[in-house]
Amino acid sequence: MLDKLKKMIDEKFAQAPSPEAVKKAIAEGQIWKSIFRHGYPDTPRNRVMAVLSNLFLHLHPVKARHSGVKMSYTWCMGGLSFFLFLNLTVTGILLMFYYRPTAEYAYYDIVALREHVPLGIMREIHRWGAHAMVIAVWLHMFRVFMTGSYKPPREFNWVIGVVLLVITLLLSFTGYLLPWDQLAMWAITVGTNMARATPFMGYEGPGASMIQIGGVHLVHGGSDIHFALLGGHFVSEATLIRFYVLHCVVVPIVAATLMAIHFWRVRKDGGISGPL
Amino acid sequence: MHYILDAIDFVLQPWSYFLFSVIAFWAMIKYRETWTEPAFAVKLLWGAIGAIVFSMVYSDHFREIASLPDNVPIFLMVFSVGFFTWLSFRQGVLNDRRIAQGQPPIEKETSDKKVYVWPDLVYVEFIATIVGGIVLLVWSLCLHAPLEQAATPAWTPNPSKAPWYFLGLQEMLVYYDPWLAGVVYPTLILVGLMAIPYIDKNPKGAGYYTFNERKLAIIPFLFGFFILWVTLIFLGTFMRGPGWNFFGPYENWDPHKVVVLNNVNLSEYIWVRILGIGLPANFLIREMWGFLAVGAYLVALPPLLTKKIPLCQELLEKLGVARYGVLMFLFLSMASLPIKMVLRWLINLKYVIAIPEIFFNI
Repeated sequence: MLDKLKKMIDEKFAQAPSPEAVKKAIAEGQIWKSIFRHGYPDTPRNRVMAVLSNLFLHLHPVKARHSGVKMSYTWCMGGLSFFLFLNLTVTGILLMFYYRPTAEYAYYDIVALREHVPLGIMREIHRWGAHAMVIAVWLHMFRVFMTGSYKPPREFNWVIGVVLLVITLLLSFTGYLLPWDQLAMWAITVGTNMARATPFMGYEGPGASMIQIGGVHLVHGGSDIHFALLGGHFVSEATLIRFYVLHCVVVPIVAATLMAIHFWRVRKDGGISGPL
Repeated sequence: MHYILDAIDFVLQPWSYFLFSVIAFWAMIKYRETWTEPAFAVKLLWGAIGAIVFSMVYSDHFREIASLPDNVPIFLMVFSVGFFTWLSFRQGVLNDRRIAQGQPPIEKETSDKKVYVWPDLVYVEFIATIVGGIVLLVWSLCLHAPLEQAATPAWTPNPSKAPWYFLGLQEMLVYYDPWLAGVVYPTLILVGLMAIPYIDKNPKGAGYYTFNERKLAIIPFLFGFFILWVTLIFLGTFMRGPGWNFFGPYENWDPHKVVVLNNVNLSEYIWVRILGIGLPANFLIREMWGFLAVGAYLVALPPLLTKKIPLCQELLEKLGVARYGVLMFLFLSMASLPIKMVLRWLINLKYVIAIPEIFFNI
């Protein structure tokens, strides 16, 4: 009985197609073709097609310098910065489901994320990922500098990169306030106090007292750039909602736009740098 | 063991910390052939790990500060910047050797060879994504994100620190007023970074690691990045305690530490201590020495340097007046921070120009 079964199984397996044949059948089937528009990318033509006919991959060139795809050369830091940005976007959206940016709820929503929200670890991923992104962006800049990759024709992309550095720090800084704990409130207080000293625009800045009409000061504690940034004289609930909107909407949109330009310019300026 | 810790606390002061970091920077440039050898670099790594383990074991205070969750990124920063400095210098040294022998840099050997992005680049990205994701996940599983007690305006923590990546700027506040340290200098840092590709006319060293071919670009950049940014963040994290007073890395943060505030303005030095006639009432006359000093620094010094230093002359010829002028201004702005630091340490100078009437202090 058992022998008979074994024989039957062996026979069935002998008739079964090989993995290669299965792969071929799938990769040349109608469903695969309709999705990817080309066969399995193991021929030069299909490898080219894989990059050209895919929205996400088409940011890449079809071919790249061999020296430029080495980890020891690129350190992968630009890519990791982008990966961390995507990570932060996803975890950030999940956090928005649970977080209310009001003085009454903000802190306790964060405590809830730690204590009893399923997958509350997304806050840890978001927080540590943000720190890691700051470092990754610095290291990316460091690498670009050390390889002289800002030299013509890539000058302007370096400039965009510097703006993206600022955006990264702004994203991190605006996010720093949102947990609404002592660390957040006072770090933002220390950071935003600087705005009071902006020349001409902050009421404790040089020259601000000169801006007056008929003895009436135009730049004072209730009208300067510090007030505009905080929505008040101190870090308060008004600041929380401002930073929340900046953190979740305004700065990410600017970041995404500039990143698109940054990546596009890498291609336009001759791809990843290499010795001439 | 506490004798060693006390000795380190005693030796480390803001000025000696700065001096040691400048010496280390000089040694890093000078002896790059030696320390970039992998065997030597591994010893340096063990030394750094050993120093941290030693500090953690023998100093309760250091362990307490170092294990604050928000200070974790500092270690990530220190070790990653250290590793990648090694990696870039190592490749630069190897390339410089090849170039000295008339060979092209290592990158050149494969730069003409093109590879298909699918699969050669896509799989690198794929693996990097997976490794990055795993590291982030494990990190998040092991360590809670920092969360202190709920925000209250009624209790100001002492010290109040900015987010760690801004601690270099906060440290600058010791030497310059907020309008400079918090607004003007950050702006100049960014403008200076953006100006780099337009000032650096050197066609060599594009697309490969090298040191010898780009000395003049690399040394100032790394001085700014290491000495005026990374080490100041480290200092701000571990050596600035209550009242933003300086503490040794193993010294307990005593909120009642008394520090003599004996800083003196330049105007007082000259009018009161040297001329002995008291401060003039008009602040423009009172601060004329400061205006003269700052004016001389920004206006008279560049031509003088250009005349006296052959390197500056060479740069002027290469870059043209506009580029050279911008470079000089940015360089002098950067140098003004260490200069003010040294003046503070040597003669307790508070302000060069002090006009608190209109918040104009330099």
